[in-house]
Amino acid sequence: MIALPWRPAALGLLLLVLPLAAPAQPVHPAQDGPPALTARGPDASELELQRALQGGRIEGRVTIPDRQAASLVQPAGRDWRVFHNRTLVWIGGIAILGMLAILAAFYLIRGRIRPSSGLSGRTVLRFNLLERANHWMVAASFIVLALSGLNLTFGRHLLLPVIGPEAFATLSLWGKIAHNFLAFPFTLGIVVMLLLWVRDNLPNRTDWAWVRAGGGFLGGAHPAAGRFNAGQKLVFWITILGGALVAASGYMLMFPFAVTDVAGMQLSHIVHGVLAMLMIAAMLAHIYIGSLGMEGAFSAMSNGRVDYNWAKEHHSLWLEEEVARAGEAAGAPRSAKAAGAD
Amino acid sequence: MARMKFLCDAERCIECNACVTACKNEHQVPWGINRRRVVTLNDGRPGERSISMACMHCTDAPCAAVCPVACFYTTADHVVLHDKDLCIGCGYCFYACPFGAPQYPRVGNFGGRGKMDKCTYCAGGPQQDNSHAEYLQYGSNRLAEGKLPLCAEMCSTKALLAGDGEIIATIYRERVQQRGYGSGAWGWRTAYKEVPQV
Repeated sequence: MIALPWRPAALGLLLLVLPLAAPAQPVHPAQDGPPALTARGPDASELELQRALQGGRIEGRVTIPDRQAASLVQPAGRDWRVFHNRTLVWIGGIAILGMLAILAAFYLIRGRIRPSSGLSGRTVLRFNLLERANHWMVAASFIVLALSGLNLTFGRHLLLPVIGPEAFATLSLWGKIAHNFLAFPFTLGIVVMLLLWVRDNLPNRTDWAWVRAGGGFLGGAHPAAGRFNAGQKLVFWITILGGALVAASGYMLMFPFAVTDVAGMQLSHIVHGVLAMLMIAAMLAHIYIGSLGMEGAFSAMSNGRVDYNWAKEHHSLWLEEEVARAGEAAGAPRSAKAAGAD
Repeated sequence: MARMKFLCDAERCIECNACVTACKNEHQVPWGINRRRVVTLNDGRPGERSISMACMHCTDAPCAAVCPVACFYTTADHVVLHDKDLCIGCGYCFYACPFGAPQYPRVGNFGGRGKMDKCTYCAGGPQQDNSHAEYLQYGSNRLAEGKLPLCAEMCSTKALLAGDGEIIATIYRERVQQRGYGSGAWGWRTAYKEVPQV
């Protein structure tokens, strides 16, 4: 009661003094009741829209021991859905059907490539047992991996309507189990393949001449090549580098969230899917030229031996080396002994 | 038929996790699987909010769209369910789901994914309603008994609402109008492409 007369006076004084003392400070009215919506941060739909447009997730804290559960909303799932349902289907469809169309056209135009001088009947060893066994381990794994992988992208649209949901689910489940287990022989084979063949697959000057001559695919010419020509070296590096990346991303998918979060899992799937589709397309060309497309090629990987004339046309430099080595081996033991052999 | 939805009023959720526990108990959900969870945003800071989240039973559900074996289906009440006899445990639904709803028991090769498990809106699965087989695979089917999901039914503050979308949106709107504020229906824009008008 006593202080009452002071109040208006004090307030008046403050109002006079404040603008002078702090002219930059705006005067806020005191708030009554709960703060307005804007003062409490963006609401749910604003935050969801913002994250959807700018990327990122709405994340918080959870009491359960699962870090993935702390993500409340991850709008990136929508982009992954578009990738899986549309982008990957188009990439795979174009790559695989496109490659099949190119190979069919090539077969119609060029026909089966045969040794121009015919088969000699004499053969030379091209791949030893270890090389062949490893090749077929990778090849067999790759075919099952490719088919079971393609099934996850195309099976729902192509196979499910034909064989029905129960049979398709059983097939897909076995496909998934096979896909998981065959990842290991595939990876092992890639490593062994690298060790066995990297020496003969390093690019050199011969490759440039081979590429400029178009590999001899359309003309009748046979550009010189060592043990592997530039085309085979390309297949080798596609297998090694593509296989390594597909394997690495595949293990990420196989051990979910072991090293990454949901964004990393989506990225792993994207890398895995795109590279696998491209590798399947590349391997179709490899399979074609190694079997139907060229006479005398397949035996290199079946019994390991190729015809002398075939080798002379396609791998002239390698054949010269082999002949020279065979000559040395035949002549060497009698004419010269290794130092310290006695 | 109703259009079933969930709505969590973050202004009311006190992060008691009773919905999580009730769900686990009702359906005998195994260790490591959480059909429902409570996420706290801005923990310990101004604007802290807790939201109970599970499968939202989306319109145009992403899980169903990406499933390689097409094991999802939508009931007449628009509950998104899946057939565990068809599921192969590939994990794609988790990548597509905005809410992290799909869960996987670690029973596959190399501790990988088994058949997916998620919130069924207490509506079981494709098996005969309230059969033992349905209970073993999907948990109880309260919807077939005329009851709503247990998480929302037993929520002590009635933060979590379940039921027809129109009705729970009306309840939420009345709350916001009465108290004068609300942070919106979490997940609605993403799941249903609409938000309740308040």
